[in-house]
Amino acid sequence: MQSRHSVAPVSLTLPARRHSTFRIVWSILFILTFLGSYRLAQVKPLLLLEPEGRRNIRTFVTGMFPPDLSWEFVSLLGRPIIETIQLSLMGTFMAIVIGLPLGLLATRSLTFTGILNEWEIVDSRPSVFLLRKGTYLLARAILSLFRTIPEFVWAFMFVRAVGLGPFPGVLAIGISYGGMLGKVYSEILEHVNPGPLEALQTTGASRVTVLFYGLLPQALPNLVSYTLYRWECAIRASTILGFVGAGGIGQQLEISMRMFNFNQVLTLVAILFVMVAGVDTLSARIRHAILDRSVD
Amino acid sequence: MRNLMVAGGILALMVWSYVGTEFSLRELLGGESAIQMLAYVRKLFPPDLSTQFLLKTGYWALETFAMSFLGTILAILIACSLVFLSSRNLMFAGLLFDMERSRPWVRVLRTLLCFSAKAVLNLLRTIPHLVWALILVFAVGLGPFPGMLALGIHTGGVLGRLFGEVIENVEVQPIEALQATGAGRLQILFYGILPQVLPECVAYTLYRWEVNIREAVILGYVGAGGLGQQIQIAISLFLEHRLLTLILAIYLIVTAVDALSAYLRSRMA
Repeated sequence: MQSRHSVAPVSLTLPARRHSTFRIVWSILFILTFLGSYRLAQVKPLLLLEPEGRRNIRTFVTGMFPPDLSWEFVSLLGRPIIETIQLSLMGTFMAIVIGLPLGLLATRSLTFTGILNEWEIVDSRPSVFLLRKGTYLLARAILSLFRTIPEFVWAFMFVRAVGLGPFPGVLAIGISYGGMLGKVYSEILEHVNPGPLEALQTTGASRVTVLFYGLLPQALPNLVSYTLYRWECAIRASTILGFVGAGGIGQQLEISMRMFNFNQVLTLVAILFVMVAGVDTLSARIRHAILDRSVD
Repeated sequence: MRNLMVAGGILALMVWSYVGTEFSLRELLGGESAIQMLAYVRKLFPPDLSTQFLLKTGYWALETFAMSFLGTILAILIACSLVFLSSRNLMFAGLLFDMERSRPWVRVLRTLLCFSAKAVLNLLRTIPHLVWALILVFAVGLGPFPGMLALGIHTGGVLGRLFGEVIENVEVQPIEALQATGAGRLQILFYGILPQVLPECVAYTLYRWEVNIREAVILGYVGAGGLGQQIQIAISLFLEHRLLTLILAIYLIVTAVDALSAYLRSRMA
């Protein structure tokens, strides 16, 4: 009891708020960027209130109602809706085919560092090490090129190269999502628990065996879950790829928009809403099921 | 047995979509399409690196950057103005309202407000940004301004939902402790909830900014300025050398934003 009284308070006043240089520098940068961007983006909020803009918005909103539910329009949509789903599925499959091998090569712990390679590096020639590291860097560069170019731009180029239709759409989603999957796969694989891998290696298992029996079983739930999440994104993406002629429901959306048939636009947006929400719930359910099962 | 069924299902889906999308592996690996693609790639080289065009490209890149930056800020404003209304634990349910014995119609009103805020966020989020851009270009004319608005509106919906999830999953002990001291609801919000959720919200915002720089490129296609518009022009007019320069510019600016955002997130954490 006595000792508690004898302890002096550390400080009678609150510590002064420290303005770290980090904060000051970034705040100034932020304000400058904001002002610069404001000028550059030609922001004119008043445009929204001008009579012409208001009239255009009113035309648009009143034009949307009632939504076009006539049979000759709705019957046109069955094929594009199915095409959109098929496009997203095939695109995701292609993304896995591209992303998995590149992702494995871009996994640091698999190619040149960590337990799997420790013993080897000690007495191997430097050329082998450089080759391995080179492969790793190359794989990462390819992945980053694939994923930084938006799928929309890929689709645009593929439409030019191979013609209209869902095929260029699949290629576009496959390539850009392959880049994203590959990067995330490699991150997941680098973060698995190395214990089982070490155990396998001491039994004399080869690298491929370690991959299949140590690495993949541990990482599988996360890999599958992320792939499903990407499929959700692919559905969203494939709805807009139609704008450049890559098939799916986006093509119809662009036509209706360009023809000023806003009532059709409302129908299409409602269909998009249902599709995206449906896929979201479906994929969320599957992901929960997978991750829950893996915890047990 | 169950695994077999899953594998069979996936295989069936694959075949179904393979047929439906007129996908052709043979075409891709050596048929007509492969030749066409190679020819196209060959046409891209060399990139147009004349000083004049590089300067213009730099300007367009900055325009795209400005669009994504302001769009993200607008999104934060939209999300923050709706997120507190749309969080169930701030509006009508949970610890803060356990002890409340107020008139039932107040509670009904709060619940209604909460659900309508949620509905607005859902609406903003599910309409693709490209559709928002089309609408806004129609309303305010061409240029980066409608693009920025479109990004802000769509991303506002996304961030609102993400922030809402963070707020609804907040730890309850600090709130309970604050409540026991007699703190009001507003005080609890500022001292119990916001300090908990802020880091995660900032991380989400930075992450969405990374997404937005890509989407800003796409929006140019419908006339919202920046690199995207030039890409559309270059592709339509068969200016392949310029196209490659523009693609390189996209690569650089997206990589730069990704790196910046990753750096900031690591500093925050």
